[in-house]
Amino acid sequence: MIEWVRRIGAGSIDMGATLGRGALFLVRVLVGVPGVLVRPGLIVAQMYSVGVLSLLIISVSGIFVGMVLGLQGYNTLVDFGAEQSLGTLVALSLTRELGPVVTALLFAGRAGSALTAEIGLMKATEQLSGMEMMAVDPEHRIVAPRLVAGLLSLPLLTTIFVLLGILGGYAVGTGLLGVDPGAFWSQMQSNVGFWEDVMNGVVKSLVFGFVGTWIAVFQGYDCMPTSEGVSRATTRTVVYTSLAVLGLDFILTALMFG
Amino acid sequence: MRNSRAIEITVGVFVIAGLAALFVLAMKVSNITAFQSASGYTIIGNFNNIGGLKVRAPVTMAGVQVGRVSSITLDKKTFEARVAMTIDNRFDNLPTDTSAAIRTSGLLGEQYVGLEPGGMPTTLKDGDELMLTQSALILEKIISQFIYDKASGDGGGSGK
Repeated sequence: MIEWVRRIGAGSIDMGATLGRGALFLVRVLVGVPGVLVRPGLIVAQMYSVGVLSLLIISVSGIFVGMVLGLQGYNTLVDFGAEQSLGTLVALSLTRELGPVVTALLFAGRAGSALTAEIGLMKATEQLSGMEMMAVDPEHRIVAPRLVAGLLSLPLLTTIFVLLGILGGYAVGTGLLGVDPGAFWSQMQSNVGFWEDVMNGVVKSLVFGFVGTWIAVFQGYDCMPTSEGVSRATTRTVVYTSLAVLGLDFILTALMFG
Repeated sequence: MRNSRAIEITVGVFVIAGLAALFVLAMKVSNITAFQSASGYTIIGNFNNIGGLKVRAPVTMAGVQVGRVSSITLDKKTFEARVAMTIDNRFDNLPTDTSAAIRTSGLLGEQYVGLEPGGMPTTLKDGDELMLTQSALILEKIISQFIYDKASGDGGGSGK
């Protein structure tokens, strides 16, 4: 019995300590961000591995999510004789919710896990300690560029995802289901606001990009320096990022559209 | 790792593609181009009942959109709805006796303000109030009125 209580206590202390380490780690990394901004080459190299290499999965998912939205939305709307509003339905769902959230989830799986594994392996092979020995701060040299790159890449990926999704919905709606193209675009334009819908989606993706990359780099930096530790940290990155994105999405939606 | 020049080029393409997507979303998908509040003047209509009129609903004349509803408030003295409409500066020659009616597009569509031009030579200026307004049709009111008429008609008459 007492052993059981002890285990709960140990788990709580451990969780608190991890949260505290994560926050302090973030502060130290943020201190290093200005130093990185004057060396944009580091960020560009990371944007390639974080952003450009995620483009394929993001584009393909975007098109298919849009096409499914077009099909499902049409089947529901046609019962009410409102299939002209298909454009509005597709565009609003993508800009407000699906774009930022699905992109962030895919980003966690594609880029977040890679970041964790990369930094975790650097730690396991003592490259990070080696850098410290050379008086190079790995938090500034390794982590900060990745954080900035993630923060910049996710909004860009999100806008591409949303646009391709709308084009996918357009292709299915007008090509396959016979919705009038003019009504599709004009209904969409009159009901989608740039600041209210498009920019709020971009703000969401900025938040997701920041939190997702933070979790990824912290899990990599904080993992046990063994092959098992790295694999656990990679799993945790995907799980925690997904949970954080979904939870934050609810809060942000309540604040923005509530 | 590939050489840094190729990486820089692909990252550049990526950034440009992202920004271009945002630009297309702004121009083609959302209504950023239509009727910014800065480029218009405001006229005010007082309605007994606005029904389901929303802020940003279109304001039309002869079916052509000329502006948007910018705010809806309740007048504390008269208990009427005060609807402020931003009219695009291109349409700066609306007569002062223009009247406004709240209409519905389609049977169950969204509500909008329809303007009917009057015949006065003077034109509406920023902050002017419309003299003639017509409230929204409330479907329940019409139905209850109809049932009431029907019932009283049957009671008063002597059957068929």
